[in-house]
This record gives sequence, C-alpha cells and structure tokens, in this order.
Amino acid sequence: MWKWLKTLYHRLGSPKWFYQITGSWLPWFAGAAVVFLGVGLVWGLAFAPADYQQGNSFRIIYIHVPAAFLAQSVYIMMAVAGVVLLVWKMKMADVVAQSLAPFGATMTFLALLTGAIWGVPTWGTWWMWDARLTSMLILFFLYLGVIALREALQPQEVAAKACALLAIVGVINIPIIKYSVDWWYTLHQPATFTLTEKPAMPASMWVPLLIMLLGFYALLGWSVILRARAEVLKREYKAGWVKELLQRK
Amino acid sequence: MNKPAAAFCRLKQKPANLPGLFAVFKAALGREWRMQVRRRGDLVNPLVFFALVVVLFPLGISPTEDILAPVAPGVLWVAALLATLMSLDALFRPDLLDGSLEQQLVTGYPLAPLALAKLGVHWLLSSLPLILLSPFLGIMLYLPWEAQGVMMLALLLGSLALSLVGAIGAALTAGVGKSGVLMTLLVLPFYIPVLIFGTGAMQAAISGGSAMAHLSLLGALAALAITLAPWAIAAGLKIAVSGE
Amino acid sequence: MYFDSLSDFFNMGGHALYVWSAFAISLLLMLLNIILPWWNFKATRLQLQRQLRREAKQQANSSITEQQGEQV
Repeated sequence: MWKWLKTLYHRLGSPKWFYQITGSWLPWFAGAAVVFLGVGLVWGLAFAPADYQQGNSFRIIYIHVPAAFLAQSVYIMMAVAGVVLLVWKMKMADVVAQSLAPFGATMTFLALLTGAIWGVPTWGTWWMWDARLTSMLILFFLYLGVIALREALQPQEVAAKACALLAIVGVINIPIIKYSVDWWYTLHQPATFTLTEKPAMPASMWVPLLIMLLGFYALLGWSVILRARAEVLKREYKAGWVKELLQRK
Repeated sequence: MNKPAAAFCRLKQKPANLPGLFAVFKAALGREWRMQVRRRGDLVNPLVFFALVVVLFPLGISPTEDILAPVAPGVLWVAALLATLMSLDALFRPDLLDGSLEQQLVTGYPLAPLALAKLGVHWLLSSLPLILLSPFLGIMLYLPWEAQGVMMLALLLGSLALSLVGAIGAALTAGVGKSGVLMTLLVLPFYIPVLIFGTGAMQAAISGGSAMAHLSLLGALAALAITLAPWAIAAGLKIAVSGE
Repeated sequence: MYFDSLSDFFNMGGHALYVWSAFAISLLLMLLNIILPWWNFKATRLQLQRQLRREAKQQANSSITEQQGEQV
C-alpha cells in the first residue's frame, strides 16, 4: 500500500501522467458529486426532521457546515501542496495549489453567505459577530491574500513559491487566530447560542450531513481537476506530448 | 518547518579565515543602524501617521469622555497596527534593488540572523518611539491611568510579533513595485490575535482585573514569532531575490 | 418524507425565503465552479491549437524564404 502510494506520488509529479490519469478520474468524481449531492439535498431538504428550536431554517446546515469544513481543509491542502513544492520542488504541486485557491475562496464565501441568511430567522439580523462566522471572514481574507499575491508576482516560479510560503505561514496562524477569536467571543458575548452546536444530533439529521460532505469533496475533486488540466496544458505547451495531443484534436 | 530551515540556512562548509556568525551579526547590526538612521523620513512618518489616526477618532465619533474612553484601547491598537505595517513596507525593497540582498545571499551565511539584525534595529528605531508616544495619545483619548502601564507593556510585547510577522509580508512583496495595499491584505489577518490579546489586556486593566493572562499570551505570541518568523522571512527574501 | 404535503415542503414552515435562497445560491456557485473551469479548459485548448497552427505556418513560410534566398 505504502509503495503503491509512493509510486502514485512520483507519477503525479509528471505533468503528462497527471493529465492522463486525472482524465480517467474525472467521470468518477463527477458521478460521485452528482449522486452524493443529489441524495444529500433530497434527504436534507425533504426527509430529515426539522430542528425543535429553529424549525426548518435549520436545513441550511446541510450547506453551511460542509462549506465551512471544505473552506478549512482546502487551505490545509494548499499548505501541504506548498510544502511539497518548496521541499521536494515538485512543480505539479503548484498547479494543484493554484487550482485549489478559487474553490476554497468560493466555499468560504458560501459559508459566510449561508451563515448570514441563516442568521435572519435565528438571530433576527444578517450579521452577528459569532466566533465561527468571524473566523470564516478572516479565512476569506486569507484566501484573497493568496490569490492577490499570485496575481501580483510576475515570473510564475516566483509567484508559486511565494504563494506556497504564504499558505504555510497561514496554516500555522489559523489555529492561533481561531483560538484568539474564540477567546474574544466568549469575553464579549457570553453564551448566546451558536448556529450549529447542538447537544446531540439524531442519525436522521447527521447522516445526510455526512453525505453532503462527501458530495462537497467529490465536487472539489471535479473542479480542481478541471482547473489543473487546463493549467497543465498552458504550462507544458512546449512539451511534445501536449503538441501531439492538441493536433489529435 | 525543519527541512526548509535546513535548506534556507545553507549549511555548507565555509573557509576557515572568514569571520564567525556572531561577528557578522554584529557587523550587520552596525550597517543596519547606519542605514536606517539615515532614512529619517521613513522613521518619523509612521509615528506621525499613528498620531494622526488617533486624532481622527475624536473628530469622527465624539470628543466626550464617556464615548471615547471605552473605545480608546481599540483605537490605539488599530492605529499602532497600521503604523507598524506602514513602517515595514519599505524594509527590504532598497536592499533588493541595490543588490545588497543578493550579496548577503551569496556570502553563504544564513539569511535569517541577518534579517533578524535588520528587524532588531528597525524595532528599536520605529516601534520603541511608538510605544513611548502612546501614553500621550492615551491621555488624549481619556485612557484611565491604570491602563497606561499595561498598554506600554502590551505594546512592547505585541510590537515584537507585529514587526516579525509583518516582515514576512514585506519580504514576500519586496519585488512588487507598489506593494502597500497588497502587503496590508496579506498581513492584517495575521495581526488579529495580537489585536485581540492587546486590547484584552488593556480592557482587563481598565475594569480593575489582572491583565497577566493576556500579557502572557502576548508574550507567547512574541516568542513564537521570534523563533519561527526569521526562517519564513529568509525564505521569502530568497524567493524575492530569485525573481529579480 | 418529513412534510405532509408538497406545498408544505415549499413553504418550509414559514422559512421558505431563507432556506430556498440559501440552497439556490449555493447550487449556483457550485455549478459555476464546474462550468467556468470547463469553459476555461475548452478555451485554453482551442487557443493553444490555434497557436500551434500559426507557429507551424510561420515555420513553413520561413523555410520557404530561406530556400528562395539560397537559390538567389
């Protein structure tokens, strides 16, 4: 198993192999995303029971929580790709990191937006300085920073390394920021009830949540592979296999 | 961060007749001192900016004590954050443009201690005056006397973390022509913990409680920044040089 | 199904506006994250193909002129 993973890792470092293998992965990710998201949506919207306190507005959880979860894990993936780029100098890691950034930013925005919409029936306002929403907002700025840095720096290799370093610095800082925001929140707004912290969710509520989460991950794979493949073609234009592929049509 | 640290240090054998790392560090301190003292404008402008931002708040909100006193810690800290950022903006760019950064890189000495020397001098020349200036602005915002000492102590600890973390952003954007806004966008999110614990310490002191918890957390942040940030700064500078 | 009727389902216990708008915007953003990269992929391919053809033509032209130069 370990050996298999190692070969996979080394092969994915080659743009040609990456392009070919992800091409065959694409339909699987697409199918999984459609199935999981479809089942999760129908189950979450129509079959899961309503919350005894929040009623049906609680169903927004099926978007909000997976989006927030993905937003954080995509940033961590970006930092891991950054380490791979800086330490092992694997260029494909940067292609993946670059493709991850817009998806992560979308997820952060989605978590913020659904949080705001959810806030109206729950708190009676569009925005509240809730600890989770505040850290999401900061994460959103972190994503914008990475994207802006890539736009600003010119030779591609320099932008790649700089973004990798920024993502690593960010991932070290995220727990500190999260901890400090939680501290700040308990200091200023003692114990109003948070959106998603529930005493114990019955299975009929959390199973669709899990399915939605899997669907979001499949969607992540789908979207990132699409972006990465276009980027590989652009960067490897001079390579023989790309020219061959383009001529084949 | 072990492997990158080793990579960025350039652990290679150097000829025996070259001076040791400590001598080089001292020489770097001397050079930075002479260079930074000469650029008087870059040292004074952030202080003026700090004072100006603080003065804008009474004009924008209200000059009465019962409105200004509660927001004073936040206003002072936000102004201090922005002034620190502003002072860091041009930290590495002159060195990158005149090629001295590249020279430092090819000497074979680790870049992190050299960057630390630069930051130490910078902190002494720009953050320390800011800390000394802050009580006067505190008085203007009706900050209670009990909080003045805590504020200076919190700024002392917090500014270490602010300078070090900000320098990472300055190193990353050294190659970008006009980087002011970009650097602000990159660095400000990382300043949030310092802001929270800094204002928390002052609010604890104002309400008569102990500020020790906040101050020790600020100290922990400063210690973490001193141990980790130099490596990130060195890595950022190497990237910036490779892009020239 | 948790709801008694279809209209009940669409009404969402009075929270219809919030629930449906949240889900609609989310689906839209997710779709955009698939469609835009897909279009981008197609466009990149087309553009590179065009570039390849242009370069091939240029190369052919330059080799012709070289030959003519040799003849003169």
